[in-house]
Amino acid sequence: MADNMAKFGHDDASVVVVVGTGSGGGVLANELAQRGVKVVALEAGGRYLPEDYINDEWDSFAQLSWGDMRTTSGDWRVARDFANLPAWIVKAVGGTSIHWAGASLRFQEHEFKALTTYGPVDGASLLDWPITLADLEPYYDLAEKKLGVTRTNELPGLPGNNNYLVLEKGAKAAGYSKVSTGRMAINSVDYDDRMACQQTGFCFQGCKWGAKWSAAYTDIPRGEATGNLEVRDHSHATRIEHDDDGKVTGVRYIDRDGTEQFQRARIVAVAGNSIESPRLLLASASERFPDGLANSSGQVGRNYMRHTTGSVYAIFERPVRMWRGTTMAGIVQDEAHHDPARGFVGGYELETLALGIPFMAAFMDPGGWGREFTSALDSYENMAGMWIVGEDLPQETNRITLNRGETDRFGLPVPNVHYDDHPNDIAMRNHAYAAGERIYRAAGATRVLPTPPYPSTHNLGTNRMSENPRDGVVNKWGQSHDIPNLFVSDGSVFTTSAAENPTLTIVALAIRQAEHIAAEMEKGAL
Amino acid sequence: MTVIHKSPSGSDVRGLTRRGLLARAIAAGATFVVGGGFVAARDAAWAVETAALKPETMAVLIQMARDIYPHDRIADRFYAIAVKAHDTPEQAQVIEEGVAGLNLVAQAQGFEGYLAAGWEKDRVAMLRMIEHTPFFQTIRAGLVTGLYNQKEVWPVFGYEGESFSQGGYIERGFNDIDWL
Repeated sequence: MADNMAKFGHDDASVVVVVGTGSGGGVLANELAQRGVKVVALEAGGRYLPEDYINDEWDSFAQLSWGDMRTTSGDWRVARDFANLPAWIVKAVGGTSIHWAGASLRFQEHEFKALTTYGPVDGASLLDWPITLADLEPYYDLAEKKLGVTRTNELPGLPGNNNYLVLEKGAKAAGYSKVSTGRMAINSVDYDDRMACQQTGFCFQGCKWGAKWSAAYTDIPRGEATGNLEVRDHSHATRIEHDDDGKVTGVRYIDRDGTEQFQRARIVAVAGNSIESPRLLLASASERFPDGLANSSGQVGRNYMRHTTGSVYAIFERPVRMWRGTTMAGIVQDEAHHDPARGFVGGYELETLALGIPFMAAFMDPGGWGREFTSALDSYENMAGMWIVGEDLPQETNRITLNRGETDRFGLPVPNVHYDDHPNDIAMRNHAYAAGERIYRAAGATRVLPTPPYPSTHNLGTNRMSENPRDGVVNKWGQSHDIPNLFVSDGSVFTTSAAENPTLTIVALAIRQAEHIAAEMEKGAL
Repeated sequence: MTVIHKSPSGSDVRGLTRRGLLARAIAAGATFVVGGGFVAARDAAWAVETAALKPETMAVLIQMARDIYPHDRIADRFYAIAVKAHDTPEQAQVIEEGVAGLNLVAQAQGFEGYLAAGWEKDRVAMLRMIEHTPFFQTIRAGLVTGLYNQKEVWPVFGYEGESFSQGGYIERGFNDIDWL
């Protein structure tokens, strides 16, 4: 924490309150602070820095994960395998930017125009974004500089580890050509006062070198150093209040001592990830807004997306030792385009992934047992692995709701996460499993393990951006259609999911939103 | 951890000398012996004391754990450690009833009890009959962390664990694959 860290009074109605400090909220808070805007950031979790991170999967999970009770429904396999853990995200200052693997890809132009490009798809609530790639490009530039993305701004690519070398060999033998160690927010050389990657592994557990970008040790302390940002950790937002004019007035939260507090605000920006953000809006229902804040469209909580995922692990005759080095060490992008001839709309990326033995046992085939299971683990040393990340389609019925039958430790209804796979998602996943198998067979695999999806790391779309207020929750600035001084600043604003890992786009949108908010405040319009 | 590793000389550990232990034990299947308050390996290389569960019940749990997640290069004592967490007053009734039910399944298959079935395939067939019970799911789910999160078993899989303190793998083989 900076020596001159700001302290703002609960009655100070001039501050912007940002709920959440991850890739969206943490970046927004810093970018506003850099522009001279006073910010109070409320963070439900604690403060952990690289020296605190743990090179141990379960210990780290206990330290960093958002473990609050949640419930699930729908036909997705996560509801069966991890009924109370639909998402694998972080509760800490810096949010899920501590946990992410670092893949930093720009969306493709057509992905901002999903409805136009794909046409209507039965059962899907497809929509074009109210912005285009051209609108976002200047902010992608800024985001790539902020994150130190490899293969941008003349930063070299990372070297490939064993897991990557197997992927590369197989992918090229299988006829793929867009194979590389990718664009990663992991320093390939010292950059921005952070050192270069030491190929330690444990990227999901927080980078102990600080080589991977995280808001926890970049944007947050830099924002605090301006004297304009106060981060209150262990502060769990429970309700946003509004006045008779329908403008928001501040945020109620439970502080570290369990005491309810109210922080007044000029503007509120919600960035609690795509489960908590709609939960907070829904939980803020009032006489005037009986369906929750910003919800005249009925779209708050709907169109929950989590990417079409799955993994392919494969066993080879000789050791791979996939856990050594960066977790997401390389990518195949040949299937990322849109080509309905494959039997689905949208595309997918294949990215290496490695789990340690504790997580491999938990995630390889949840519920599985017996020799089919253990003989695979016996060959763990000879395994390579990749993760599928593809565009899943928004569906109105895939949604976050308040489960009034289950309450959290504050007595508040927990969020329920409902997700049914769309036939397009299933077709894409099966195509990707086959592609993964082809790649690894081409590299000499003796056994291939098509592994089901993990709890969601990419949670998207539950407060989506739309041109027309009828179709979504926020406009192209992330500003609520209904309430001008209420913003959403995380992946929940995604209109569609695209095929790419979302963090770079969340960061780009947050920078753009900060610029907009600061300018509007300057004009007196907010 | 309450699994007692006997030294090769069979020296006295909590009064359980190898000879004394074996003298006080009776056979529990082909693998274990049980006595008053303990389960031990046939060679008395290790023993686990029970608190809330009958030793015979613990012996079944250890064998059941191996049959659920069989790794031939992992010794019984690690399975014993993994299931020891169920040896509590809170869980005792559910576990005792679950094991009694499993023994009944075994008897219906013509065995004296679960441990009397000598082949893994016969025991696995019994487990398949109960795999949807809360008892089985409790034991299986507990093993996922109870067994695989024991750092002592990681070397069996080649897994190297923590690496930061050694400077990561940048100088230690992150890209040393030589057979591609």
